[in-house]
Amino acid sequence: MNPASLPFLLEIGTEEIPDWMIPAALASLRVLFEKLEIAHDSVTMDATPRRLVLRAEGLPARQADSEEVLLGPAPPPGSGVGAPLDRAAQGFLRKHKLETSDIYLQETPKGSRWAAKRRRPGRATRDILAESLGGIILQVNFPKTMYWTGKGGPRFIRPIRWIVALLGDEVVPFELAGVPSGTVTSGHRRLGEREIVVTTSNYEKRLRESYVILSAEERRNKIRSGMAGVRVKPDDALVETLAYLTEYPTPIVGSFDAEFLELPEEVLVTVMRHHQKYFSVEDEHGMLAPQFVAVMNIPSDPEGFVRRGNERVLRARFNDARFFWETDQKKSLAERLPDLAHVTFQAKLGSYLEKTERVKALAASLGGDVHAVRAAELAKCDLTTELVKEFTELQGVVGGLYARAQGEPEPVWQAIYDHYKPESMDDAIPRNATGRIVALADKLDTLRGCFAVGLIPTGSRDPFALRRAAQGVVRILVEGKTDIDLEPLLRDAAENAQPLADFIEDRIRYYFKEVRGFKYDEVNAAMAAGWSRLAELEGRLIRIQSLRSSPDFEPLAASFKRIRNILEQQKFTSANAGEIDQRLLQDGPERELYDEYLHITGQPIESVISRLRLKVDLFFDKVLVNAPEEGVRRNRLALLGTLLQEFSNIADFSEIVTTS
Amino acid sequence: MSSFQEIIFKLKQYWAERGCIIQEPYDVEVGAGTMCPETFLRVLGPEPYRVAYVQPSRRPADGRYGDNPNRLFKHSQLQVILKPSPRDVIEQYLASLEAIGIDLRKHDIKFEEDNWESPTLGAWGIGWQVMLDGLEITQFTYFQQCGGIDLDLVPAELTYGLERLTAFLQVKDSVYDIEWAKGYSYGDVRYRDELQYSVYNFEMADISTLWKLFELHEGEAARLLRLYDPKATDKQRFPLLPAYDQVLKCSNIFNTLDARGAISVTERVGVIQRVRKLAVGVAQAWADQRQPAPEVAQ
Repeated sequence: MNPASLPFLLEIGTEEIPDWMIPAALASLRVLFEKLEIAHDSVTMDATPRRLVLRAEGLPARQADSEEVLLGPAPPPGSGVGAPLDRAAQGFLRKHKLETSDIYLQETPKGSRWAAKRRRPGRATRDILAESLGGIILQVNFPKTMYWTGKGGPRFIRPIRWIVALLGDEVVPFELAGVPSGTVTSGHRRLGEREIVVTTSNYEKRLRESYVILSAEERRNKIRSGMAGVRVKPDDALVETLAYLTEYPTPIVGSFDAEFLELPEEVLVTVMRHHQKYFSVEDEHGMLAPQFVAVMNIPSDPEGFVRRGNERVLRARFNDARFFWETDQKKSLAERLPDLAHVTFQAKLGSYLEKTERVKALAASLGGDVHAVRAAELAKCDLTTELVKEFTELQGVVGGLYARAQGEPEPVWQAIYDHYKPESMDDAIPRNATGRIVALADKLDTLRGCFAVGLIPTGSRDPFALRRAAQGVVRILVEGKTDIDLEPLLRDAAENAQPLADFIEDRIRYYFKEVRGFKYDEVNAAMAAGWSRLAELEGRLIRIQSLRSSPDFEPLAASFKRIRNILEQQKFTSANAGEIDQRLLQDGPERELYDEYLHITGQPIESVISRLRLKVDLFFDKVLVNAPEEGVRRNRLALLGTLLQEFSNIADFSEIVTTS
Repeated sequence: MSSFQEIIFKLKQYWAERGCIIQEPYDVEVGAGTMCPETFLRVLGPEPYRVAYVQPSRRPADGRYGDNPNRLFKHSQLQVILKPSPRDVIEQYLASLEAIGIDLRKHDIKFEEDNWESPTLGAWGIGWQVMLDGLEITQFTYFQQCGGIDLDLVPAELTYGLERLTAFLQVKDSVYDIEWAKGYSYGDVRYRDELQYSVYNFEMADISTLWKLFELHEGEAARLLRLYDPKATDKQRFPLLPAYDQVLKCSNIFNTLDARGAISVTERVGVIQRVRKLAVGVAQAWADQRQPAPEVAQ
C-alpha cells in the first residue's frame, strides 16, 4: 500500500470548440473519469475554446492490493492432505511457481480442488490512467464530430493538438491521434507562449501569464465587470457564449450613428445580438442608446483598432437593414399575399398561401373575430420580404412591424408580431387574445398537416419543430386561459389522429409535470378524467394538489383504488353499475355511506373529504361487498360505482400513488 | 497601404513559400472557389496536394447593380487547399494575415463555429468563420466528404474574402472605393461588371434559352458519364474533366435562373438534385480513374 496522495491534471488541447458544446463536453468528461473508480478527493472541470481540463486531487499512487484464489486440479479419489501429490497437482505447482506448503484443499460446487491464495499487488494508478485516458477522451460526447488524421482516424469535435496528462510530477504516458501526452501546454494564440512546460501546481498560473484565464466563472466576471460603466441590456446567454468564445475576454464600448435609431429596435438588437454578438445599451429611460459593447479576446485596444473595426461592420449591417426596411415598405403585406403561392410550406402540404387559407378558416372556427382572421391572412406575408430573408429569426416580428406601419389595427399587428410565440419554454405567449387564436391556429394547422402526411417526430428527429408547436399549443391554452375543446380539433389529422392525440397528451403531461411541478400521479389522476379542456384541467390539478395536504386524502385515494379494483374484478364499471335499490341497503355502515353520498352529492370534494373518508373506512371495515346473496352484492357494487362516479369528473383518484 | 493586387501578391507569395502550387483562376464560371476542379476533384484520393488560387466567384442573386457597398455579383476568393492539413494549419493561417500587415496583437480574432455544406456538390466539412474585429474574413473548413465520398486525407480549405479583407486593411466603407492598383479603384475596374450582370441576371436573361442551355450541358455531362467504364484498360484517357466543365455550366445557369426568379421553391430542390447527381457521378468516376482497371480474366 502506498498512501501517497497525488494531484492529477488532464488538459486536452484542441482547435476552437464551438462555445455551446463545451459545458456538456465537460460534464461528459467528468462522468467518464468517475467511471474509472479511482479514489480521489475533489474534481475540478474547466475549459476555454481551446482546452478541456480535468483536475483531481488526492489520487492514490497505487490501487489497494487484492487477493485471488487460484484453483487447481481435483485430488484423486481417496487421497488428501499429506498424501503424495499426483502429476496434475505437481503441474499446478510448477505452473504457478508454488511450494507444497502453499496449497490447500478447497470445497467447490464441483467437489474438492487444490487451491492456493496469491496476493495481487494493486496496479499503479498511472498505468490505469495511461491505458484508459485515450479511450475516455474519444468517448466525450459531442453533438457532431470530425476526423482529421485521415479516413478511419479518431473522431473528436475539433482536431486535438496537444495533451497534458500529469499524475503528481509524472507524465501519464499515452498517445492519441498521433499526439503524445506530456507536460507542454499552449497559451493565447497571439499573446501567449506557444509551448509552456507546466506542473500540476503551476498550471493555472502559467496559463494566466500567457493570457489564458482558465476559469469560465472568472471570464464571465471579467466580462460583467468590464461592462459595469455602461447600461447594458442584461443578457446572460450572451455572456455565456462569449465566456466560451474567448480565453481573455475584454469588453469595449462602441457607438453608431443615432439616425439608425429610426429603425425598429427589434431589428437593431437582432443585428447586434445574433449577428455580431454585441450587447445592446439603453439610456436612462430604458430606450435603446446608439452604443454597443463588443467583447474582444485580447486585453486592450489602446489604438482603437478593434472598436473602429466593429463600428464599421455594424454600420454596414445597419445600412443593409435600412435598405431592406425601405425597399420592403414599397409593397404592403396585403399585396404580398399572392406571392405566398411561390413559397413552399411543405411539399405535400402545399404553399404558404394554402396554409394561410387553412389557418384563416381555423382561426375563425376557434372563435377568432375579424381581427384574428385578418392577422391570419397577413401573418406569413413577411416571408417574402428582404428583411426576413436576411434576418430569418425576425419572421413574425417584421410582419408585425410592417403591419403597424401600414396602419393595421393594434390587435392585428400585435397578433402577427406574436404568432410564432412561444418559441421556447421561457418565451412569453402572445400578448393579446387575437394573437393567441392566430398562434393556436397556425400551430394546430402545422401539427395536423404534418401528422396527416406522416411527418411524425421520432427520437431527436423533429425537423418541423412539432414538439415546440405542441408545447406552444398547450401553454397558450393553459396560460392564456383559452377555453377551447382540443380533442375534436386533432381529428383532422386523418388516419394519424390518434398518434397526434398521443403526442399532444405527452406534451400536456410534460408541461404539468416538468414545467409546473405537479406530481406525476396527480397529473395521471387528473388527465384520466379528461384533458381536452386544458384551462379546466389546470383548475382540477390545483384542486388535487391542495387536497393532497389533507390527512384524509391518501387514505381516501387508497379506498378509491380498492373500489376500482373490486369493480373491475366483478366486471363492473361505474357506468353499468345500475341504480341503487334503497330497500336492499343494510342498516349500519352501508346505509350510513349511502346517506352520506346523498348528502354530499354535488358538493366539492374539498368540503366533504374528511366525513366521506370516515364513512368509506367504516364501510370497508364492517361490510362484506361480496355478499353471498346476488341482489345485495350487486347493490353494494352499485353504491361503490356511484360513489366513484361522483368524483370522477375531477380526477381518477385511484391513480394517486399512496405511501401507506 | 497595400492595394488590392498587392494583398493578392503577398498572399500568393506566402502560400507559395509553404509549398502551394499557385494556380490561375479556373476558366469556367463558378459560384465559389470550392467548385473548381483544383479543389473539388483534387481533394479526392490519397495523394497529398497543395494549391492556392484567386477565383472570381459569381453569385447572380447577390448582384446589386453596383449600388450596395458590401454586396457583389462577382467577388474574389483566395482559395487555399492544404491536403492533408498540417498540424499547425491555424498558426500558418494567422501568420498569413500578419504577412499582409495585420498585427494580431492589436486586433481581435475569433473562430466561430460554421460548418460548410454544399448540397450541389455532395460535399460538407467542419469549420469556422474567422472573425476579425467583428468582420467575417475567412471560411475555414476541414473537408470530410466530397461528391458523397469520405475523403482519405482531410484537407484544410481556407477561403479568404479578398474584397472584405482589403476594405478592412484600407479602412474603406465601400468595396468600390478600395484601391485595386495605384490610380485605379475597385469601382473603376469592376463597376460595369456589377451593373451589367445585374441587369442581365435580374431583367434580361432569357429564361427559355437558359433552360435549353441547362439541358444541353446536363445532357452532355450525363452522356459522358454513361460512357465511363471502370473496367476499361485505357480509362485514364477518359475525359472526366471536360464532363465536369459541363456540370459547372449547369450550376452557373441554375444560379442565373434562380436570380431571375424562374425557379419555384418546389422546383429548386429537384434541380439541385439533378446537378448533384452529375457532380457526384464525376467525383466517383474520378476516384475510380486513378485505380488500375481490374485484371481481365483470361
